Amino acid sequence: MSDDGSLISVRQVSKHFDAGQSILSRLAGEPRAAVHALNGIDLDITRGETLGVVGESGCGKSTLARCLVRLHDPDEGTILFENRDIGHLKGGARRAFNRRVQMIFQDPYSSLNPRLTVRRMLSEALTVHRMRPRGEIDGRIAELLDLVRLPSDAAERYPHEFSGGQRQRIGIARALALEPDVLVADELVSALDVSVQAQVINLLLTLQEELSLTVVFVAHDLRLVRHISHRVAVMYLGRIVEIAPTEALFSTPRHPYSKALLDAAPDLDPAKRTRVAAARGELPSPLDIPPGCPFNTRCPYAFDRCFTERPTLDPRAPGHRAACHLTEFAGGLPEQSNEAVAERQKEENRA
Amino acid sequence: MKVVTGQRPRMHRVLFDLPATMIIGGIILFASFVLAFFPSLFAPYDPNAFDYGALLHAPTLAHPFGTDNYGRDMLSRVIHAYTIDMQIAVFATIVPVIVGTLIGAVVGYAGGLTEAFFGRVVDAIITFPFLVLVIAIVSVLGPGLINMYIAVGIIDWVFYGRLTAAEIKVQKRLDYADAGRVMGYRPSRVVFRHLLPNAMTPALVYWMTDMALAILLGSSLGYLGLGAQPPAAEWGVLIADGKNFMTTAWWISIFPGLAIVITGLGFSLFGDGLAEFLRTRR
Repeated sequence: MSDDGSLISVRQVSKHFDAGQSILSRLAGEPRAAVHALNGIDLDITRGETLGVVGESGCGKSTLARCLVRLHDPDEGTILFENRDIGHLKGGARRAFNRRVQMIFQDPYSSLNPRLTVRRMLSEALTVHRMRPRGEIDGRIAELLDLVRLPSDAAERYPHEFSGGQRQRIGIARALALEPDVLVADELVSALDVSVQAQVINLLLTLQEELSLTVVFVAHDLRLVRHISHRVAVMYLGRIVEIAPTEALFSTPRHPYSKALLDAAPDLDPAKRTRVAAARGELPSPLDIPPGCPFNTRCPYAFDRCFTERPTLDPRAPGHRAACHLTEFAGGLPEQSNEAVAERQKEENRA
Repeated sequence: MKVVTGQRPRMHRVLFDLPATMIIGGIILFASFVLAFFPSLFAPYDPNAFDYGALLHAPTLAHPFGTDNYGRDMLSRVIHAYTIDMQIAVFATIVPVIVGTLIGAVVGYAGGLTEAFFGRVVDAIITFPFLVLVIAIVSVLGPGLINMYIAVGIIDWVFYGRLTAAEIKVQKRLDYADAGRVMGYRPSRVVFRHLLPNAMTPALVYWMTDMALAILLGSSLGYLGLGAQPPAAEWGVLIADGKNFMTTAWWISIFPGLAIVITGLGFSLFGDGLAEFLRTRR
């Protein structure tokens, strides 16, 4: 991938968190255990696109989101914003960067300061970044509330007076107050009722078009991601295992894990329901990632090469890359009948 | 979660919503401060005037709290003692509250080595019993109220520091703290404008208890002769004055003791209600 055209480039980014270690094992010279949240992520985000990031909990997608806004600093690798490394930004330069790259948080209950009215929350953002002269701040607050479809008298209220969906919209208004180029939405609606999710998602879609925002949409709900994203990146154990335009990914997944995720999403049509689990077993501990392909412990197609050699994220089709030995040449995944999978599971249950 | 209505709650609604304990405590404290500021308006006699015609008088209509061994009116002395004791409550604690809370906020946010160092300082100070340490410092500095304030100030801030640091550590993990950082706010703004108002409740509530404790401490030191000096009317001094007459003239010690209890109760009730009132709504 070339640097031109991409607004944010993530280059070989790794991040790990130290896990606790007893004094005894430290004295014994054992290496420190660490949770590898991100392992060499490569990613380019184009201006104006919506990139969905999906994966199971613990796959590192929230860590990636937090690295993008510099809430975390990567241990290795660099993140470039408009070809400038954001890792070295300090003080005013960092503030200027964060003005342009904003985040919306998952939990509508803890992401707003309970002691600030909406007006004070927004006017603080506008004042600190000198977005508007003092006299125009009230007008701008009304505009922002209108933008996120909140009544103008919402300004005088405290967060506890709002519902979850309304709070998420206040969070969006707060981010938009800075007129950012990029919005990183970390599990924007996963804490909301399904009926409210659509409202918030559609608001985000409208805003993205109106304000030509670049959106990184981190979620675990595939239907939402499909609805909103231009491209989707699938993460597994701190790696991107597949990245493709949305429809390409949903119609022809090139990685068994993506396929497993798609198959696992419950279908509303009862005729299409199956009781067969697409991926076996549990997510391995990120403390101890298996050698070879990280998915080999759960992959129904794993063969000998998968246990020794780690597949790289290589092109499969235009804009479509996947990290799987199996689809390296052939392209698609082999069809596997439900009976075959069920048979296999029975064997496992016996064992 | 409240239903969103068009109207903001009015002032009398807010008063009506106050916890009952806070209202009762508030009334007691208000009365105490009025007595402290204007003792002469309420005291029927000069608190230091001797009356050799009425020595060790039991409570009567003329002297509701009786008189002491110099014939001084106990009611007047107890009322005038409010001035000193309420002053002790506020002055002894105000500096520790402010300093301790600010230090706690910084320590809690910084974490790491700063916090480890702070922890050891706290350990070193709280190893000694509070009263013993205060007495030690006062005996070095010399008796008197000012030196007592200094002694309390040296020790008392660690309690506020510890409470605030712990609460800041909870708050800084919440998303709104991260939101503040992502908004590009300086750490000082995040700590003092966003986190501290949400982390101050335990320290404020403890402050109320602490003012009651300060009065007890002031009385203890007064009793031991290390705090307020006679003939100043201070509850501890009054109780000490009466200790030799305990079996014959119980009223000399009992009424100042009751004043301590009631004022302490006022602070505790108010603090209790304050905790309820400041409870964060989410």
